[in-house]
Amino acid sequence: MASHSQHEWLETTYAKATERAKERQPRFESSSGAEVAPLYGPEDLAEWNYFEKLGYPSEYPFTRGVQPTMYRGRLWTMRQYAGFGDAEESNRRYQFLLSQGQTGLSVAFDLPTQIGYDSDAPEAEGEVGKVGVAISSLEDIETLTEGLPLDRVTTSMTINATGSILLALYVAAAKKQGADLTKVGGTIQHDILKEYIARGTYIFPPRPSLRLVTDVFAWCKDNLPEWNTISISGYHMREAGCTAAQELAFTFADAIEYCDAALAAGLSIDDIAPRLSFFWACHSNFLEEVAKFRASRRMWAKIVKERYGSTNPRSQMLRFHTQTGGATLTAQQPLNNVIRTAFQAMSAVLGGTQSLHTNSWDEALALPTEGAVEIALRTQQVIGYETGVADVIDPLAGSYYIESLTDRVEEEANQYLARIEDMGGALACIEQGFQQREIQESAYRLQRMTETKERVVVGVNQFQTEAVHVPEIMRVDPALAQRQIGRLQALRERRDNTAVDAALAKIRAAAHTDENMMPLLIEAVECYTTLGEICNVLRQEWGEYQEVLTI
Amino acid sequence: MVTENRTLRVLIAKPGLDGHDRGAKVVARALRDAGMEVIYTGIRQTPEMIAEAALQEDVDVVGLSILSGAHLELFPRVIAELEKRGVTDVLLFCGGIIPEGDIPAIQQMGFKGVFGPGTDTNDIIAFLRENVTEKQ
Repeated sequence: MASHSQHEWLETTYAKATERAKERQPRFESSSGAEVAPLYGPEDLAEWNYFEKLGYPSEYPFTRGVQPTMYRGRLWTMRQYAGFGDAEESNRRYQFLLSQGQTGLSVAFDLPTQIGYDSDAPEAEGEVGKVGVAISSLEDIETLTEGLPLDRVTTSMTINATGSILLALYVAAAKKQGADLTKVGGTIQHDILKEYIARGTYIFPPRPSLRLVTDVFAWCKDNLPEWNTISISGYHMREAGCTAAQELAFTFADAIEYCDAALAAGLSIDDIAPRLSFFWACHSNFLEEVAKFRASRRMWAKIVKERYGSTNPRSQMLRFHTQTGGATLTAQQPLNNVIRTAFQAMSAVLGGTQSLHTNSWDEALALPTEGAVEIALRTQQVIGYETGVADVIDPLAGSYYIESLTDRVEEEANQYLARIEDMGGALACIEQGFQQREIQESAYRLQRMTETKERVVVGVNQFQTEAVHVPEIMRVDPALAQRQIGRLQALRERRDNTAVDAALAKIRAAAHTDENMMPLLIEAVECYTTLGEICNVLRQEWGEYQEVLTI
Repeated sequence: MVTENRTLRVLIAKPGLDGHDRGAKVVARALRDAGMEVIYTGIRQTPEMIAEAALQEDVDVVGLSILSGAHLELFPRVIAELEKRGVTDVLLFCGGIIPEGDIPAIQQMGFKGVFGPGTDTNDIIAFLRENVTEKQ
């Protein structure tokens, strides 16, 4: 049989075929607009070296995964983000999820808790218990974790500006349970930089916020060794509209800012890097997402090795949580979201995620109902136990397209990262609104493409049906907020207010020093000082961040 | 319907504490591209701040976006603050995660348009052009 090159085949056979019958769209492209060829083959990987690009699982550059056995040893942690109403109600949901085979907890907090307001603050009105559980004091955390052995269940907390306070609360609750702190595991998100870029739950300006981050790094290293001190997140930037490559670049730029801050605070890269974790989105471009996850491990390993000079494999390994794409869910024909979520979740598994949250199909309509949450969890279980994809490590490796795409996502992300570096790093760019503007541009481009139908969204701009009524949505009982406020006010009466005042005075005094805040925060929450009271003191001392408006 | 050539002035605002501003920004941008003058407030605006901006900027339209589920509490407060300032002749519309069952109540409050996820921005543009009435 005559052999000819891929290029020749494309120029002759393929070109002739497309003359006869046109391709179904003028151009095929990735999420960042890069052109996708009709076919990939050995010529695309001509220079490609297995050991340089991939290596074996658990070996540098970790492209194939961070553990030697991956899912043959243990499946990823199925971790559904949940929490609403008050601590009691949320505790019931956690007990239910654990009884259904979920393997880790993930706590959603309401917005007042995330932004440092107690449930009875005027700013909290209308928001208490809405998007997560309301936590104002140690009493609430004790209720939230009742019956959950904190030295055995790992808990992930999506909490940023008040992350250090929630960690202090969790530690105080664990201590009261008599748990051994060297065995208490979990994660706080505590990624403040992306809050300025996309998610919006910031309180303080960047400098004191970064100090809280490095205080947590330092304190956990000595006191809470199993804790993931940060979850550096691309997720929310992706949800706000950025591309896969931007997601990696913006996140690693933030990670570099945190590492630099830690070094400046006297820590070493190997003090902190083993406890850093990452958080990616998985959207609908299936193969690009798989490539993104693989590229992310290789990029981070190189950054830690080449930029920070660490040869410790534990420091070089990128461990990550994944959540399916909330922004890809549609309010139209909402059951289609079950399918979207399943494919997205599958891409995260093929990409080697350590833990996964699958969205519920009704989330474009309201907070998820219990039934929808259950289907989301079952989706993960079907992938893990029935499809066979978890039986082989990194099964898509070596695919011409997957490897080409992994290289390309890495290259695009590196170009962005270099631009950010040239502009002075992540923080300087945030202050100039660079990432915010880039994300807005990508979001707007996607919207235009949807409106012109260059991009098809099933049930939204094609294959539409008449809207059908959605029978049941989840509503938070307003009585829960009232109950929470009542309990909080009773606590203020009951507690030792002299001790509270003393603890707050210490925090105020430490605000302008470089003393580690963590012991002071723990002391404060242990005498039932509230989250809002602590934040009010720090707001007075540090001021509040002002959004950079880019539109 | 307003006269053809008049430039509409639109305030896009995010009341409450939620930071999900993708939709608000996309809408702001689309309205601007359609030739309207758009003032975007940024996130975490109190009802007072929004009403004050609407007054100061002398807008024809106020669009509110909420994704946290606090719309039934926050929208009436925005309207009360607008009324307090005598801003009663603006067209109100909103978007975000608004459950279907809440729409009648929101229309009762005075919102003429409710635009959920998946809305084509051209529909919003057409809606504004059709519904803004000439100011006195």
